[in-house]
Amino acid sequence: MSVSALFEEACTGLKSLFVGLGITGKAFCQPQVTVIYPKQEVDNLSTFRGHVELVGKEDDPSVPRCVACGACVKACPSDCLTILCPVPAKEGEQDAPVAMGPAPQKGSKTPGAVIVDFSLCSLCGQCAKTCPVDSLRFSDNPYMVALDRKEFRIDLMARLKRQAEEE
Amino acid sequence: MQAFDTAQLPRDPSSVRFEPGPTEDKLILSMGPQHPSTHGVLRILLELDGEYIVRAEPVLGYIHRMHEWMAEQKTYFQFMPNMGRVDYLHAMAWNWAYAGAVERLAGIEVPERGEHIRVAVTELNRISSHLLWWGAYLLDLGAFTPIMYAFDDREILLDILQAVTGSRLTYSYFTFGGVYNDVPDDFASRCLAFTKHLRSRLPMYRDLVTDNVILRGRCEGIGEMDVDLARRYGATGPVLRGSGAPVDTRRAEPYSVYGKFDFRIPAYSQGDAMARYMVRMDELETSCDIIDQAVSNLPDGPCSAKAPKTLKPPKGEACYAVEGARGKILVHVRSDGGPKPYRVKLRAPGFSNLSVFCELARGTLLADAVSILGSLDLVIPEIDR
Repeated sequence: MSVSALFEEACTGLKSLFVGLGITGKAFCQPQVTVIYPKQEVDNLSTFRGHVELVGKEDDPSVPRCVACGACVKACPSDCLTILCPVPAKEGEQDAPVAMGPAPQKGSKTPGAVIVDFSLCSLCGQCAKTCPVDSLRFSDNPYMVALDRKEFRIDLMARLKRQAEEE
Repeated sequence: MQAFDTAQLPRDPSSVRFEPGPTEDKLILSMGPQHPSTHGVLRILLELDGEYIVRAEPVLGYIHRMHEWMAEQKTYFQFMPNMGRVDYLHAMAWNWAYAGAVERLAGIEVPERGEHIRVAVTELNRISSHLLWWGAYLLDLGAFTPIMYAFDDREILLDILQAVTGSRLTYSYFTFGGVYNDVPDDFASRCLAFTKHLRSRLPMYRDLVTDNVILRGRCEGIGEMDVDLARRYGATGPVLRGSGAPVDTRRAEPYSVYGKFDFRIPAYSQGDAMARYMVRMDELETSCDIIDQAVSNLPDGPCSAKAPKTLKPPKGEACYAVEGARGKILVHVRSDGGPKPYRVKLRAPGFSNLSVFCELARGTLLADAVSILGSLDLVIPEIDR
């Protein structure tokens, strides 16, 4: 390689470094693009889809539309939903305390408890898609922090009641 | 201190071929993270003579999650969220390959609007994958700043995809017959604004990184691969296109509505790491072109066809190939008429692309092997499946 070619290569190389330096310098003068989390919040949380929640009836928002058919439980790939309904009493056992069993139960059209285990959920939405009465939807709750695994077992009926009271 | 006798240790089956032999002065080095709790676990056993690599062998299987077996245990719908986890960087393409294969098997037609939305979100996802590769590759080569710029742009894109799908990384957006839900009204305008923004940033990327003398020194003439070698190992995607073969599934077997769109397939004939880099940088522009065409005349109508709630495809088998960010993704589904697939075979492009590494790394410097490995754009969960 001739001396002039070497010199030219060194010059173009050096120039590329200065061009890069200029770009980072320009970016340094731009306003900050990140936010400092507890003090500030990002503005795109409304489109976030967190764990599923129940949808209330039009006339009574504290009662879910759910008909306790158990379709969502069957559709879930990771068994994170539990729907409990009162088990119909057998002949001669009417006075016994009401036992709860997994939906669907004969004669029971409203759920006794709906629990989602968020630690298993992969947010695929198959439960919401399969629901015949559109009683499930994604919540926009991005803050899921807990000290205990049990806190991720979310009682959706209680959550719906709380939401109805807040409104 | 008691001397530690290595002969007492249980033998590692993957390193049997690296036992000390006649060339005892060689150094055996384990490269890469190999703890199961780290992400992207790839271990590469290297036999070094000084700083030169005599032999390189990838050790796989650290994050093998039995996706194919899981498919046999779940219904067709229930396997859908798995596809976002196979390749977390280009989840949409895997979504598409699986949905496409089952649609072909069950004979479900996708409405025009659904196809356009699929094309737009897959290309957006491809851009996000390439931007992340760009940042991570340069991080491997020792440049820290570019990944910040890449993530700045990627953030706009992820906001668009979050508004559509609700998540930012492991999408499970496709369903059989279309997409999970319709796009918001401002989807098209946001996409067009993003492609305009990205096109204005590409010259900056070129000035900052592509023309940089250090990057050129690390990439040019490193890991040269001719087209025969690439074909012999079944390499696809930017790795094959970087070797001069302009093969792209979107053009070679145009699935969905790709046949309607006008786009360029970038290819470079040098076959080195720089060529693969340039192919991916050009693909950012290609994807922008496709997104513009897909969203600028988004057809009206339903975004999804009516698919039965319990899918039982007839007996038979179907294949569906799509072009992922890393190469040709293929899903082969076989049905025995029941509610669960009899067998699902996933063809991951990263596996073939990684296999070339053994040949490329032989005789190179250790630092160059890092550059070669990065230029192959490997996603390990996809390789291990």
